[in-house]
Amino acid sequence: MSFVLTCPNCGAREVTDFEFGGEVVPRPRERPAERDLAVYNYFRRNVAGVQREWWYHRAGCRTWFQADRDTRTNVVQGTWLPRDDA
Amino acid sequence: MTRLDPQPGERIDRDRELSFEFDGKPVRALEGDTIASALYAGGRRIFSRSFKYHRPRGLLCCAGQCPNCLVSVDGDPGVRACTEPAREGMRVRHLNAVPSLDRDAMRAVDTLGGPFTPPGFYYKTFKRPRRLWPLYERVLRRAAGLGRAPEPRDERGWRTDYRRRHADVLVVGGGRAGLAAATRAAQLGADVVLADEGPEPGGRLLERGSAERARELAAGARDAGVELISPGTAIGLFDGLAAIWEHDTLHQVRAARHLIATGTIEQPLVFPGNDLPGVMLSRGARRLLALYALSPGRRAVVATTSDEGLEAANALREAGVEIAAVADLRQGTTVVEAGGRRRVRAAVLARVDDAGNPVAGTRQTVGCDLLVVSGGAAPAGSLLLQAGGRTEYDPASAAFAVVDVPDGLHAAGEVAGVPDGDAIELSGALAGADAAHAAGCGDARSRELAEEPRRELDRLASTPPPVAEPPAAAGSGRGKCFACLCEDVTAKDVHTSIEEGYDSIELSKRYLTVTMGPCQGRMCQLPAARLIARETGQQLESVGTTTARPPWSSVPLGALAGRPIEPAKRSVLHAHHRELGGNVMWAGDWRRPYDYGDPDAEVRAVQEAAGLIDVSTLGKLIVSGPDAGEFLDRLYPNRHGNLKPGRIRYGVLVSDAGRIIDDGTICRLDDDSFYVTTTSTGAEAIEAWFAWWLADWTDLRVTLTDVTQALCAVNLAGPRAREIMGRLTSLDCSNEEFSYLDGKRARVAGVPCLLLRIGFVGELGYEIHYPVAHGQHLWDSIMDAGRERGITAFGLEPQRVLRLHKMHILVGQDTDSESDPVASAMPWIIKLDKEQDFIGRWALEEFAEHDPALRLVGFELRNGAVPHEGAAVVASGDGAVGRVTSSRYSRVAGHAIGLAWVPRDQAEDGAAIEISDRGTRMTATVTTKPFYDPDGERLRS
Repeated sequence: MSFVLTCPNCGAREVTDFEFGGEVVPRPRERPAERDLAVYNYFRRNVAGVQREWWYHRAGCRTWFQADRDTRTNVVQGTWLPRDDA
Repeated sequence: MTRLDPQPGERIDRDRELSFEFDGKPVRALEGDTIASALYAGGRRIFSRSFKYHRPRGLLCCAGQCPNCLVSVDGDPGVRACTEPAREGMRVRHLNAVPSLDRDAMRAVDTLGGPFTPPGFYYKTFKRPRRLWPLYERVLRRAAGLGRAPEPRDERGWRTDYRRRHADVLVVGGGRAGLAAATRAAQLGADVVLADEGPEPGGRLLERGSAERARELAAGARDAGVELISPGTAIGLFDGLAAIWEHDTLHQVRAARHLIATGTIEQPLVFPGNDLPGVMLSRGARRLLALYALSPGRRAVVATTSDEGLEAANALREAGVEIAAVADLRQGTTVVEAGGRRRVRAAVLARVDDAGNPVAGTRQTVGCDLLVVSGGAAPAGSLLLQAGGRTEYDPASAAFAVVDVPDGLHAAGEVAGVPDGDAIELSGALAGADAAHAAGCGDARSRELAEEPRRELDRLASTPPPVAEPPAAAGSGRGKCFACLCEDVTAKDVHTSIEEGYDSIELSKRYLTVTMGPCQGRMCQLPAARLIARETGQQLESVGTTTARPPWSSVPLGALAGRPIEPAKRSVLHAHHRELGGNVMWAGDWRRPYDYGDPDAEVRAVQEAAGLIDVSTLGKLIVSGPDAGEFLDRLYPNRHGNLKPGRIRYGVLVSDAGRIIDDGTICRLDDDSFYVTTTSTGAEAIEAWFAWWLADWTDLRVTLTDVTQALCAVNLAGPRAREIMGRLTSLDCSNEEFSYLDGKRARVAGVPCLLLRIGFVGELGYEIHYPVAHGQHLWDSIMDAGRERGITAFGLEPQRVLRLHKMHILVGQDTDSESDPVASAMPWIIKLDKEQDFIGRWALEEFAEHDPALRLVGFELRNGAVPHEGAAVVASGDGAVGRVTSSRYSRVAGHAIGLAWVPRDQAEDGAAIEISDRGTRMTATVTTKPFYDPDGERLRS
């Protein structure tokens, strides 16, 4: 597995520069029911397609950012800092 | 040595001799020789023994494409003698023969074993009695195989490196097409890398005596700014990345466009005896001639399906080789048998029908010592196929063509189906321009100019030279016809496997291992497909080819593993610890002193006088900003926002699932900033954890600064620690002015420090954080000040013993990914009455409502034994219900103490638990209070 991610701070880098943070799962705003809490903590959609996910530029600026990546092809459609997305 | 007169462009330097060793005997070579060319010059014709039948094999391709000349060099097996340059003093050995290449006892397998060694014979014949299989396997593995794995070596002596290279255009293949493409792309401003696997770039120019032209083209490419990796072998192309192996570097080239100009591979013919030494591909014969000035034979017969063999015949004749006969299949004649035992003595030529059977009365035996064969040229399309291309059978060229070249890739030259000749360079230049333009180079004018030659190329490419389709196997059916030289698969084996039901090329590959050997299908893909087509009555188109996968060329495993590196983190005091006699061990990524020779004495010193330990490995974060307190309140289950400046609190970090992930201390420095420590192993993960939530909570004005590597930290602990501090600082260290859980900034021995009064080891103590530049100065100052007060440096092991006495947990030792603070005996750390939400709150609320099944408690064991960490806590007579996580002998208590997870009904003071330790049962007593100074009087004193 190998592809290039564009860190919003540093630019295009090999994926080995980064740490994968999993798909973006928004934290519930209110206390969820027990079942929903379990879903939030343990269940992932694991889509075959474009997925919004977290990445951490560990070997670079140590910033977390989000990316849309196609899990079938590893084509990254875009990356941005979370505040850009708000 | 028998060399011909100097050949134009030959690679050898006749004035520079060198010598190496082959099977213990000296071999003379010229600078520029390969191992094989030097051996050939010395008269050697048998270069290997075959995989299964131990048949003698000689040079076939002379280009690193077949398995016939695999040798070991200085202990490394799998080296191709025909491409490996001869070096002074190298030790070369044959691989698969006992006792020698020329007299191999295992040859009996060939003469006797035929009927008994069908495909998969080892599973069919040697499966009973079953218990003897290990013995059979040992014998079979020794008999077969392609050499032995080298002896393990000092891993640091093995040097391979990865190199990442980003480029606009990567060109694989440095023949005319590749060089033209690279040059053109570079001229258009592209950053171009070209990899070529030959001894020098030039491709087929080299075998044709046009090395001077090749060198001109290569120089042109260099002048245009192309980076040449030569010799460099492309082993795979996937994920937009090409892996290229060059001597001791694996280049990982990621280019905007990949341009494949890998040419074609000349195909052998299938007939009885087609593997005899002396049977040589036409290109191989020409390489021996042109590059090494060697005559491949004295009297040659040529069998060909295209003009290529005829050109070779001309070249050989010019070099003085007698051409005894030429069989051109396009005229209906081909070779139907090669005669000879250890090498070719004669070729039998005949007219054949479509199935390859000789037409009666046309057989003709011609004596020769060289049988040049040319069965057409198959595109070397593996890289294109790995990247997603498809094959389609092309009857005009009698080979599988690559179609549907995937996006982002270009193909040029013969691999793209462009016929040999003037069109080759043109197609290269065109593809180079296309690739450069696609990568964003060039301009409108250059795009327009690039269109002109396209029509010319179409014209040139419209009349490919004629090629005859060779029969799947020629001859009368007697004698072994090899379809696959690597794995010794014969035409008959293919027949048998299809009768047994393995009737597709993919099944055939798995059953016969055809295309799976060192040649990776270069020599056998097409012959195998033809045989399957014949046996099953299918068209070649529907037989197809096997899936192309990396590696396309064999590489040492070490090339893929890269340089062995063990990243080690060392404190700035590391060298000093060694001088002090520290026994250094791994602690996560860190190298830390386990002890300084006497852990018991170190424990005693801390409890009775003073000790000093380097804790620079702790993670250290400064959290600052107006919302710093709020941020920590959202991360930790207890309160920090209300912490007063100069005060310290212990904190446990949990996930939203309520599981402990780390612990440490938080000291409020002033209104807006906090100093947070994490565990040594958790430092990086916790920085990432903090940064992650900070990225998510965009409403918070908080700055995170990692000072882990900027600051040293040492812990001075023991009843005499205050006295020692008094000698080093003007700060009032009295218990009233500097109490337990106070944090103060002061100069110690002149060094600006942050002093934290905390007590992981259970004694009065000061954790001193200070700039790394003063690392050893402060350490030495403290040791000097404490010398008369009995100070000792102490290591990790005594620290572990001391903290266990206090029942201070070690995250990751006493807890795992399932542990929560409620069960881990720290319910006091969770403040569910806290106003705001915090990470883990909901899960902890759930946990608080249920009594956990297991609890972490202390235990004492008075039978004199010290159970191993990991020993099971068992219910009476039954299996494990819990486990021991920490366990040590306590000098103070006079018996073993420890921590263990036990069922909740046994998690009470005085309860008896059963421990099963490697077969020994013992009964321990549960305690929930610290084993030492349970009320913390020493800590607070």
